[in-house]
Amino acid sequence: MSQLPTTTIIGLEVHVQLKTATKLFCGCSTKFGSPPNTQVCPVCLGLPGALPVINEHAIELAIRAGLAIRCDIPPLTKWDRKQYFYPDLPKGYQISQFDLPICADGCLEITDPADPDAIRRIGIIRAHLEEDAGKSMHDEAAGRADSRIDLNRCGTPLLEIVSEPDMRTADEALAYLTKLKEIMTHLGVSDCEMQEGSLRVDANVNLHIDKHGQRIATPIVEVKNMNSFRNVAAALDYEVERQYAEWEETGHTIQTHGKRTFGWDDVKCVTYPQREKEESADYRYFPCPDLLPIRIPRERVEEIRASLGETPEETRERLQSQYGIKAYDADVIVSQGRAMVEYFDAAAMASGDGKRTSSWIQQDVMRTLKEQGSDIESFGVSAEQLGQLLSKVKSGELTNDRARDVFKHVSENGGGIEDAIKALGIEAVDDSEMEALVKELLAANPKVVDDVKNGNQKAVGSLIGQARGKNPNANPQKIREIALRLIDQA
Amino acid sequence: MLDSALEVLRLQAAGEASAVEIAERAMDAIEASQAVHNAYTHVDRESAIASAKSVDAKRAAGQPLGALAGVPIAVKDVLCTSDMPTTCSSEMLRGFRPPYDATVIEKLRAADAVIVGKTNMDEFAMGASTETSAFGITKNPWDTTRTPGGSSGGAAAAVAAGTVPLSLGTDTGGSIRQPAAFCGVTGLKPTYGRVSRYGLVAFASSLDQIGPIAWSADDCALLMNVIAGFEPRDSTSLDQPVPDYTLATESNDLRGLRIGVLRESLQAEGIDESIRTTLAHAIGVLAELGAEIIDVDLPHREYWVPTYYVIAPSEASSNLSRYDGAHYGHRAGEEAKDLVTMYCRSRAEGFGAEVKRRIMVGTYALSEGYADEYYNKALKVRRLIRGDYDAAFSQVDLLLGPVTPTPAFKLGDKVDDPIQMYLCDLFTVGANLAGVPAISLPGGFDPAGLPIGIQLQAPTLEESRLLFAASAFQSATDYHTQRPKQ
Repeated sequence: MSQLPTTTIIGLEVHVQLKTATKLFCGCSTKFGSPPNTQVCPVCLGLPGALPVINEHAIELAIRAGLAIRCDIPPLTKWDRKQYFYPDLPKGYQISQFDLPICADGCLEITDPADPDAIRRIGIIRAHLEEDAGKSMHDEAAGRADSRIDLNRCGTPLLEIVSEPDMRTADEALAYLTKLKEIMTHLGVSDCEMQEGSLRVDANVNLHIDKHGQRIATPIVEVKNMNSFRNVAAALDYEVERQYAEWEETGHTIQTHGKRTFGWDDVKCVTYPQREKEESADYRYFPCPDLLPIRIPRERVEEIRASLGETPEETRERLQSQYGIKAYDADVIVSQGRAMVEYFDAAAMASGDGKRTSSWIQQDVMRTLKEQGSDIESFGVSAEQLGQLLSKVKSGELTNDRARDVFKHVSENGGGIEDAIKALGIEAVDDSEMEALVKELLAANPKVVDDVKNGNQKAVGSLIGQARGKNPNANPQKIREIALRLIDQA
Repeated sequence: MLDSALEVLRLQAAGEASAVEIAERAMDAIEASQAVHNAYTHVDRESAIASAKSVDAKRAAGQPLGALAGVPIAVKDVLCTSDMPTTCSSEMLRGFRPPYDATVIEKLRAADAVIVGKTNMDEFAMGASTETSAFGITKNPWDTTRTPGGSSGGAAAAVAAGTVPLSLGTDTGGSIRQPAAFCGVTGLKPTYGRVSRYGLVAFASSLDQIGPIAWSADDCALLMNVIAGFEPRDSTSLDQPVPDYTLATESNDLRGLRIGVLRESLQAEGIDESIRTTLAHAIGVLAELGAEIIDVDLPHREYWVPTYYVIAPSEASSNLSRYDGAHYGHRAGEEAKDLVTMYCRSRAEGFGAEVKRRIMVGTYALSEGYADEYYNKALKVRRLIRGDYDAAFSQVDLLLGPVTPTPAFKLGDKVDDPIQMYLCDLFTVGANLAGVPAISLPGGFDPAGLPIGIQLQAPTLEESRLLFAASAFQSATDYHTQRPKQ
């Protein structure tokens, strides 16, 4: 397509579900996936007479998040009502924050996807707290037109982080989202589980077309409620093409057509306009009279700032230098969140072998967590146990394979490492026993002896497998050493 | 004879009547009154007798009893009750039974009160005559051609008709005090935040407050002891210690008390001569009891009503948006072709004219482009009004003025004239806008024998001072002991 030079203007609104045990204004659980309408009370159902009461933990997490993205935390914040009718919004309004959000004026630095050595600074206009709505399920199967409403999610705390329109490509948007997600998970502010809806993205996008030195802006399109990074990137790329084509065809600009709301169809991979009212929505914001404004003392902000700890980048760098692991490995561990970093730190200390610990965590631990559908906080093998196990591998007391058996045993049955070793009948094989075994094998494999004598030490490898077939507790390292010594002496 | 809660307690303590006997008498009185006055939207003899029985059983077993043990009480139908419908006298909530009790209801139950039923009101507490109720109008026991006032008209009439010694009303712009004045009883609007609003169906959240209605200040004090206090489920609830209000009614000596008379209020147009005479007389009584009388003014008084009629409908338009036919309450019967039609029809059918009018006014006042002109400006004026009160209370301990411009007006007189109806709040809304406590107490009668109320207002959390002065006034007068002719 031969086209005029264009710049893509992208701003993102990210809804992050805060990791609180209870909802924003009541004591109902925020647990995901419970049967519909089982986590509800008069407050989150918006029943007549019920009143909201703020969850202090949500305030704390919002401040943590805000500080991590370099926001100011103003001394006064308040609650507003945003009015609109929707069946999954039981009060007819959402309690949100309008003109005095809890976090304002921050930024996030990302690595420029087009130049790994450059940094792009994405401005953050604000981050405000609000309650989530429920979920409508439209069942039109078999000619029925039932709509069912699940209000379990009503009142779940969300932090809406609004960026400046500072991004220029889908790749930048992805880098921003990845970084944001990493910070939120690292700080324990949110799980950011996109498939559970705990991170949702609205993207605002339009084009600035340079027509012979004159800048023409296309109408802004807000693509709502995307639940995967892949969809965000695809929708942005699609919009760039679509908006240019539309402009060529219709000449519509931001002056003539302002802003519109679109959805993303992830089957057809297209954006589509959502039905809108004749006039723009008037949310009739006003201060929520049921909730007092919140004063946030400077000292409280500083206390939270002091508790933030290192940033994900700092952690990544520290893990590399402290344990000598590769950047990639540090990245995998850090991206799992702060609890995983703490687990790794403790296990690596106890094992005295960072590299081995890193590879075990990435393989055995993460696989087991996935199989168990569990998280590291409640994992059955403690960091100290893993460290103890790996130090035995390091000292040659256990083989890697036998260590795996022990690991599996502890993760499935609990108990300590020593108990598992005992239960599995693992015994150290003493040197004379091992020597006898190797002698026997050498006698049976003259070709191996010849190969080694001809300088091919790797040939010993075939003996290791045979030795362990006869005695699973045999240490491969030991077998190699003994075999080479005996051949050399022969 | 059962018109004093203190007397009801005494009868039981002396073994002269059981709680069941008292409840029976109350239920008989309700049955007789209901056909004439229609003060109730719901009564349930069986459950009232059952709860009286449990009080008698507790007493017989020597178990500790609550402060209102065996005292029949009626509650306005805007308070959530898990065992009775809560309708706000609206078609929208006809038959609605909340799954929970309002905090004040929990407290009444814990105090062993016998809740006899729910009282009629203006729909969603919007009105000054109880004529906007979907359950029919309530009639004033003093003159059944007249209104009992509103919106707590049923709660005031229930006491005035002698069916219960106590009732609970709510006051957003005068809805306890004005009906108390019209019905010749005593009604207290506490400080905003003194009584938990949890379970009070919201009309205008920043103004609503629950309060007692009774014949005397002494009985109001008894009920205040039960309902007042901090509650974590209401964020606007005040975390301040609760005094024993009944102690406030023990002394009649007003020496040292400075009472500011809102003299200019009385000069306002349209004030009935009987109101002026009553006030002049009340001033004399209070002065005789030792109070120092000082003239004061609340300069922004003329903005009270307009400010109120921007703020209250704005909050109401928001609070009432939950009634959409989706989850509970009235839903339009006919299958709607789409969601918006379902909302529109349900709300068109479920709400009455006054509620719709206020929703429209409030929606307009909050809408983009008008909010600054109306809602935000009203908030600024509200701050000035609060400032007036602060200034006045730096000079005096209490404010004395009228409750209403006239005695109870005729049924039907104002119901088609909203502006006339809104002016009923002329003297009462200031206390709601400022959040201060205020009491209405019987101060005399007009030539036709209709009761007239006087109003005392106090600084925030000074309910005791109000009750002290009111009780002293009642010790020197007998207006509160007079009863309508049956």
